[in-house]
Amino acid sequence: MAVDFFYPEYEIVRDPNRCIACRVCERQCSNKVHSYDEDTGKMVCDDSKCVNCHRCVALCPTRALKIVPSGDTFKTNSNWTANYMKEIYRQANSGGVLLSSMGNPEAFPVYWDKMLINASQVTNPSIDPLREPMETRTFLGKKPTGIERDMNGRLVPNLEPQLELSLPILFGGMSYGAISYNAHECLARAAEAVGTFYNTGEGGLHKDFYKYGKNTIVQVASGRFGVHKDYLNAGAAIEIKIGQGAKPGIGGHLPGLKIVGDISQTRMIPMGSDAISPAPHHDIYSIEDLHQLVYSLKEATDYKKPVIVKIAAVHNVAAIASGVARSGADIIAIDGFRGGTGAAPTRIRDNVGIPIELALAAVDQRLRDEGIRGNISIICGGSIRNSTDVIKAIALGADAVYIATAALLALGCHLCRSCHTGNCNWGIATQKPELVKRLNTDVGTERLINLLHAWEHEITEIMGGMGINSIEALRGNRLMLRGIGLTDRELAILGIKHAGE
Amino acid sequence: MKRVYVQEKWCLACHLCEYACAFANSGQKDMSKALKGVKINPRIKIEERDNISFAVNCRHCEEPLCQKSCISGAISVKDCGVHIDQNKCVGCYTCVLACPYGAIMPADGGKVMQKCELCTANGGQPACVAACPNRAIVFEER
Repeated sequence: MAVDFFYPEYEIVRDPNRCIACRVCERQCSNKVHSYDEDTGKMVCDDSKCVNCHRCVALCPTRALKIVPSGDTFKTNSNWTANYMKEIYRQANSGGVLLSSMGNPEAFPVYWDKMLINASQVTNPSIDPLREPMETRTFLGKKPTGIERDMNGRLVPNLEPQLELSLPILFGGMSYGAISYNAHECLARAAEAVGTFYNTGEGGLHKDFYKYGKNTIVQVASGRFGVHKDYLNAGAAIEIKIGQGAKPGIGGHLPGLKIVGDISQTRMIPMGSDAISPAPHHDIYSIEDLHQLVYSLKEATDYKKPVIVKIAAVHNVAAIASGVARSGADIIAIDGFRGGTGAAPTRIRDNVGIPIELALAAVDQRLRDEGIRGNISIICGGSIRNSTDVIKAIALGADAVYIATAALLALGCHLCRSCHTGNCNWGIATQKPELVKRLNTDVGTERLINLLHAWEHEITEIMGGMGINSIEALRGNRLMLRGIGLTDRELAILGIKHAGE
Repeated sequence: MKRVYVQEKWCLACHLCEYACAFANSGQKDMSKALKGVKINPRIKIEERDNISFAVNCRHCEEPLCQKSCISGAISVKDCGVHIDQNKCVGCYTCVLACPYGAIMPADGGKVMQKCELCTANGGQPACVAACPNRAIVFEER
């Protein structure tokens, strides 16, 4: 119907003087945007299929291509924006739920950008990280409240299991199925090289990756895909995923089309069957139930591995975190509403959950007030975009951060937010072999290692500026932060002063 | 000796190596000027069928059959690989027949032959290696 016609959102601009018709754009576009016209000897393109992933732009050897907004507009309306109108046309046509990928892109406040970091001047001089030792090593897990000695005065080694990280950054959970085998391999190898951890997501652990076990966090989600005793024992820690920042309160659905070959085997479900993760864990309806699962997993792994509970940042996150801290979990992971996803209902992604900055500050404060902060470590995630976001998160009280979107960007993702189509031109969110091979695992691994090293340099530099030589001394050190342009209420929740105070 | 090696596993059949090769050997400074409207005749070529592809160029054999077959002494082995002196080539095509890789071919015009010289005349860094977007083509000692 004519009402469903949309003028393409993007226009591909080709400079005819530069284009040499080498056809690399045509060969590399899985959406079949470009084609070669034999009669004229020229390249032509169908903008309506373009998702703006920039593969063609990046590979064009003569820089003949660029992608610009097409500029077609409905009559300007601040209430009925073009997006809302198109979504209605789309739903009137399909009768279905709108789907989106990656994190919430809407114009909600980003509190990271409204916090400023301190530096030393004159008194308490700054430290030069190139000359003096800087400690970024981080341990995640329950911390002892006191030192116990036996009858002979010797220390009782009763430390609960800990994760040791060379820097306070881990790769967040992304399942094999949502992302490709090659993307998983890059994350695993980079985590091993740097001395941190990657997270399997809920799709199980491919048999080839058991060798990276000491740098792997294995996830147990509501679908329990690929969970068995060897899997639990393969990793360095186990994460119970209760919720995900991009879609709090709902489960997941990996279409049967993607359950092919190794994915079916890894998830332990038949080929072609839909992988449906229920919204709740059907055995968890209370903190007591959560306690049972935490201890079942500990029992299965001989109490040698810390258990992480991952929750989405929602309204009552502080109270929920308090419950999680009492459930026996060693680490809590909080995922903010900007967190990424391979597919989520658009309305939920864009409207459910709260900013991670507020959630993190609230959780840290609540656990401190209740005197149980040492019972549990906090990992925060959901759009950590750079090293200063890491610094600010740690100063707000996080022990470490999860990065996932940032890691995918390092691998080549251009945030076209079309993961749910399965046609990822960068070989990340796809299972098509000809696309998966576009991600050379040697290159991807190097790029992830580079990213972490770059951030580590910046973190130590900024810590030095603050006169702090250990990440421990920054943790929860909110005096190192000042708000800018925030209301009293926001400052109170973040637990920071305004700039100038 | 460092050679160009191709990893079939990572080749995407994008053909960028061919265009980089043609440009590097064109002597031009601007790729559009050099290759616009030109049917390229690169010294590296993608072989592909279905989902398998890989680039093929001169292997710089230690005992090259092309050299043995050359009737005019145009092909020689140097420190930097197998070299063809186009001033000596008489265009008999014997080397084309002898090369088991199909890596030597007629230059434009067909009067003399051409082959990959590892960009020794174009700055020393093979252009195909630099242009490969997936590091499928590498220049290394093995």
